[in-house]
Amino acid sequence: MKRTIFGNQGLPWLLLAPQLAVTLVFFLWPAGQAVWQSFLREDAFGLKTSFIGLENYAALFRDPQYLNSMQVTAVFSISVAVLSLGLALLLALAVDRMLASSRIYTTLLVWPYAVAPVVAGIMWWFIFNPTIGIMPYVLRQMGYDWNHGLNGNDAMVLVVIASSWKQISYNFLFFVAGLQAIPASLREAAAIDGAGPVKRFFTITLPLLSPTTFFLLVVTITYTLFDTFPVIHATTEGGPAQSTNILVYKVFNDGFLGLNLGSSAAQSVILMAIVIGLTVIQFRWIERRVEY
Amino acid sequence: MVEDRPILNLLAHLVLIMGVLVVAFPVWLAFVASTHEATAFTSGVIPLWPGTQGPENYAVMLGQGVSTSGAPPLMLMMTNSLIMALIIACGKIAISITSAFAIVYFRFPFRNLAFWAIFITLMLPVEVRIVPTFKVVADLGLLNSYAGLTVPLIASATATFLFRQVFLTIPDELMEAARIDGAGPMKFFRDMLIPLSRTNIAALFVILFIYGWNQYLWPLLVTTDAKFYTVVAGIKRMAEVADAIPQWNFVMAAVMLAMLPPVAVVVFMQRLFVKGLVETEK
Repeated sequence: MKRTIFGNQGLPWLLLAPQLAVTLVFFLWPAGQAVWQSFLREDAFGLKTSFIGLENYAALFRDPQYLNSMQVTAVFSISVAVLSLGLALLLALAVDRMLASSRIYTTLLVWPYAVAPVVAGIMWWFIFNPTIGIMPYVLRQMGYDWNHGLNGNDAMVLVVIASSWKQISYNFLFFVAGLQAIPASLREAAAIDGAGPVKRFFTITLPLLSPTTFFLLVVTITYTLFDTFPVIHATTEGGPAQSTNILVYKVFNDGFLGLNLGSSAAQSVILMAIVIGLTVIQFRWIERRVEY
Repeated sequence: MVEDRPILNLLAHLVLIMGVLVVAFPVWLAFVASTHEATAFTSGVIPLWPGTQGPENYAVMLGQGVSTSGAPPLMLMMTNSLIMALIIACGKIAISITSAFAIVYFRFPFRNLAFWAIFITLMLPVEVRIVPTFKVVADLGLLNSYAGLTVPLIASATATFLFRQVFLTIPDELMEAARIDGAGPMKFFRDMLIPLSRTNIAALFVILFIYGWNQYLWPLLVTTDAKFYTVVAGIKRMAEVADAIPQWNFVMAAVMLAMLPPVAVVVFMQRLFVKGLVETEK
């Protein structure tokens, strides 16, 4: 809060006008439309719409494909979170030991942040291409026949790797910052008391890092729920047999390709509720950090 | 580092070198693939060392594109991506800095309501309201235009919060002094606030440029005219054909070119990039 302010009444609205106009026309109005549409049923030709209350939602929770999509999303999100947070923490701990070379390593590790998810997806898709890719070749030598076009588990592994590869850089940067914020005196005191590196990690570093870890967990889950759409769209397209059909891809698929607007809108509203929940968690965490 | 343990130091170096290699591995393969002839991918395993076709492949992609997969020259697509990224980054900064100025330095009715309306955009990613947003843009006749590509993405709660935070740390005395000297609100904004938040603007610009360049779903939907294709969205169209007609060399050349500008921004402006990343998360 500022103590001194300018007295004009019209000027602030003029300053806010562009932002508010874009927000109203392209954010609030479409979101309202989605909510409204989720209560409607449209016939196949879009000629007649009728109000059906919560029927679209009820239908979703009876639909085995939607329930499958929820399960797929959970597996996908948790796998990406564990893989990208785990590897990022390992790399951050290693960089934290470096003095002179930490900058070079950081530069060499952070650039995938700038790579578009679709580009990451296509590169890994190429590496895992069943006929010419290098990984299926290696796996064949080991006796495993890789084919993400037919095997749902292979497809899931492919999208998890591609999505994690891109997210490691982000988590790494925040873990490094988190590690640097831990006072060296704490670890020194523990070392003098005879605690080895492993014990210091579990009794000092990891607990003090938990706010960072929690924050990154929320950010990474948000990333897997929404920003990974291009990875799925460019590689597996939800297949084979729905095995990588995550929620956000299903909204798009049902709305744009299946033209099932009511169901797609209901799915959008459920996703919005999830984002709102995640945003609230994120902001409450930040409030606590400020107090801390 | 608390104590010197040579074995642990060695282990740390080993972990980091492995990490760097794993992170670079797909890009190396993409680069190698972009330097071979199309026939190198018809059988057996892909080459692991660069070939000699690199300059030709890139020249073909930049100059002519691949007509079989409906890809216009990459030069055009990259120009479109650049225009889109610049409009999004500058637009977001411009409308957010004025919004933050209005919210921090003025008292007016419904100020909190305006603040919350902007805040809500944080919770509505384009993916969840895609069908109705597309309909709005189509009704406004903005399909296949730079305005349609950029304006719907330009609202930014994050940037508004960032500037609000910056302005709140600027001492009140500055504004009092400016008022005593007879400066009006816009003069104060132009001559004090903007110069004082210069590094924040630059850091934010880096993040938003990457965000804008890497847009995928939105450009894919609103552009059906090849004149407005962007390179990141265009890759999907090329890769779809690559499975049937082997032209991995061209696809991978496009992949390399699509990631070059944003990666260069991160590498050469690392300090600003890190600052922007940390600030936008506050």
